[in-house]
Amino acid sequence: MVTTTQNFKTAAGSLANEPLLKVEDLKAYFFMDEGTVRAVDGVSFEVQPGKVIGIVGESGCGKSVTMKAILQILEPGAKIVNGKVTLRSRIRHGDPNSPEELVELTKLGRNSRAMRRIRGAEIALIPQEPMAAFSPVHTVGNQIMETILLHQDVSKKEARQIAIDVFRAVGISMPEQRIDSFSWQLSGGLRQRAIIAMALSCNPRLLIADEPTTAIDVTTQAQILKLLRKLQEERQTSIIFITHDLGVIAQMADDVVVMYLGMVMEKGPVRKIFKDAKHPYTQALLRSIPSVQSQSRVKLPTIAGSIAHPFNRPKGCPFHPRCTHFMRGVCDVSQPTLTQVDDDHFVSCFLYAEAGKAVPVMEITR
Amino acid sequence: MSRGIQTPEMKAENAAKTPLLEVRHLKKYFPIYKGMLRKLVNQVRAVDDVSFNVREGETLGLVGESGCGKTTVSRCILRAIEPSNGEILFREDNDQVTDLAKLDRAGLRRFRPQMQMIFQDPFGSLNPRMTIFEIISEPLYVNGMKSKTEREDHVSELLRLVGLRAEYMARYPHAFSGGQRQRIGIARALALNPRLVVADEPVSALDVSVQAQVLNLMLDLQQKLNLTYLFVAHDLSVVKHISDRVCVMYVGKIVEMAATAELFAVPRHPYTAALMMAVPVPDPSSRHIIQDLPGEVASPANPPSGCYFHPRCQYATEICSTKTPELREITPDHFVSCHRAEELNLAGIQETKGE
Repeated sequence: MVTTTQNFKTAAGSLANEPLLKVEDLKAYFFMDEGTVRAVDGVSFEVQPGKVIGIVGESGCGKSVTMKAILQILEPGAKIVNGKVTLRSRIRHGDPNSPEELVELTKLGRNSRAMRRIRGAEIALIPQEPMAAFSPVHTVGNQIMETILLHQDVSKKEARQIAIDVFRAVGISMPEQRIDSFSWQLSGGLRQRAIIAMALSCNPRLLIADEPTTAIDVTTQAQILKLLRKLQEERQTSIIFITHDLGVIAQMADDVVVMYLGMVMEKGPVRKIFKDAKHPYTQALLRSIPSVQSQSRVKLPTIAGSIAHPFNRPKGCPFHPRCTHFMRGVCDVSQPTLTQVDDDHFVSCFLYAEAGKAVPVMEITR
Repeated sequence: MSRGIQTPEMKAENAAKTPLLEVRHLKKYFPIYKGMLRKLVNQVRAVDDVSFNVREGETLGLVGESGCGKTTVSRCILRAIEPSNGEILFREDNDQVTDLAKLDRAGLRRFRPQMQMIFQDPFGSLNPRMTIFEIISEPLYVNGMKSKTEREDHVSELLRLVGLRAEYMARYPHAFSGGQRQRIGIARALALNPRLVVADEPVSALDVSVQAQVLNLMLDLQQKLNLTYLFVAHDLSVVKHISDRVCVMYVGKIVEMAATAELFAVPRHPYTAALMMAVPVPDPSSRHIIQDLPGEVASPANPPSGCYFHPRCQYATEICSTKTPELREITPDHFVSCHRAEELNLAGIQETKGE
């Protein structure tokens, strides 16, 4: 695919106020024989430089698909059908020190040179399963060096040194020896650290961490979270932190995006989401989790029903069949849009739609 | 099928009686063989001298990180795997106590209906080629209920009990969501009126919004049917939510055991305290709380000397690396295995007022 210069707005100076990554009305669908799954259906959010944004949602809410769409690594059968993803990029021409410019990732071909330059070097991914992410037949060091050699103009020897340095930075002891081990020789915590080292090896400005701590124990999880927080502070890396664990979000994120069935239900600063949640889904979710700080053996408030199957997504607001504030004739008819309730706090719910202003277009037919 | 709701007096009376289940010095070693001659080179001490008891009508939570032996303990109790050593004393309705560890297959058959299991993975634990009726009624058939109408009545009652509609019994598992499947698994476990239910991570595979439903159901059923739970989980918040007493394990051994409120408020073992500090609290205003524990869980094949936790313990002294601490009762009903339990002043978790 040919990318034209029209995709790039070169306007030095004026970029300072731009977010690092801007996702606007992103839609990614799976086209299958059984029907179309609207996995991501109109997601918008921004990532500011040096901030941690947490994306929470339960299974099937489209949080991982959103990330794959940003990186253009969707599985065959899935397609971005709408939306714009804009990145403040430095390395369009391969030189990491060139001035920043806005690049529209959605206009780049998935295998284009420009996209491949961005993946790994500007946006790096920490995948969910550290065991599956590494090849078992190559040493971890060789796999990290491969990334470095691909994105940086260095010799093999220098690349090895860089790899050893990042190993040390993520707190792996004896990095000179460990770099020559295979992934299956490392323990769970070390493997997760090695994956983080790989993601950091090219100094990305945006790190996407997709459930980086779900497969590991609590004490190791605490170590990894602490490490990510430290690295983020030192390097000023932005992080998109995807998880279903509200505890992790509360500890890590600056801003939170709450998703349900492919849509953003609520977004705002972490304190507002946890202390003053507006959307009935967020409120119910926060109430229903058992916490070490809550009393034992009392009944938890629950959310009735279960998450709808992606093929039978409810019409209107996706949450309405489970919602305690369900309004007949409103919630099951049209889809609410994100409405501003406070400076930086947005909710997608008819309870907060001002009359005349925010009630959106009725029924979008496809 | 109900045995009636327990009054507090009944509970107190039960506590005074011998426990429903008593585990004494349970050990399970898995051998490691090497070479052509299959020479025994080492053993994985998955469960290494564990003793505890479960009282009638209570929930005992068993927590620990992966590899600590909590699942092995639960499977040994059900004799799903053979314990290497130790006693598993089970009290029947007529107060007769039997050591399950010594029974053979035929002898165990009488006890099987009284002890049932709820599994972790609701997708793997239901046969996709059997209908819900077949899944739930199989234990009834095996145990002598041959009439189909009788079984159907029983299954519909069980389905209602776990909050599903009786009409669902003709369907196959694929038609149900994770939470509904877990309810089916619970119905199957309850089919034979068990007294002890061993639940191994019953909610960890479920979505957060569905976890609460299943936990509430388990609490409900316990009250209605006077069930006794052995609840195995790695998630401290879930264990705290459901348990009367909690038992913390580390590398095959029990490090601390106490009533839930006491354990969380005044932990006595450094590992328990560290475990609690490592849990991310869903409250953005208490961010400083994440504190990590250095190092990694020791290998049960090659455990450290002395106290297994000493290489990671910030309070370790000389004695900790040489002498293995015994599990001892330091205050009534609070057991700890730490040399320095009395002198340490460890931070617990403050309960916030529930809304």
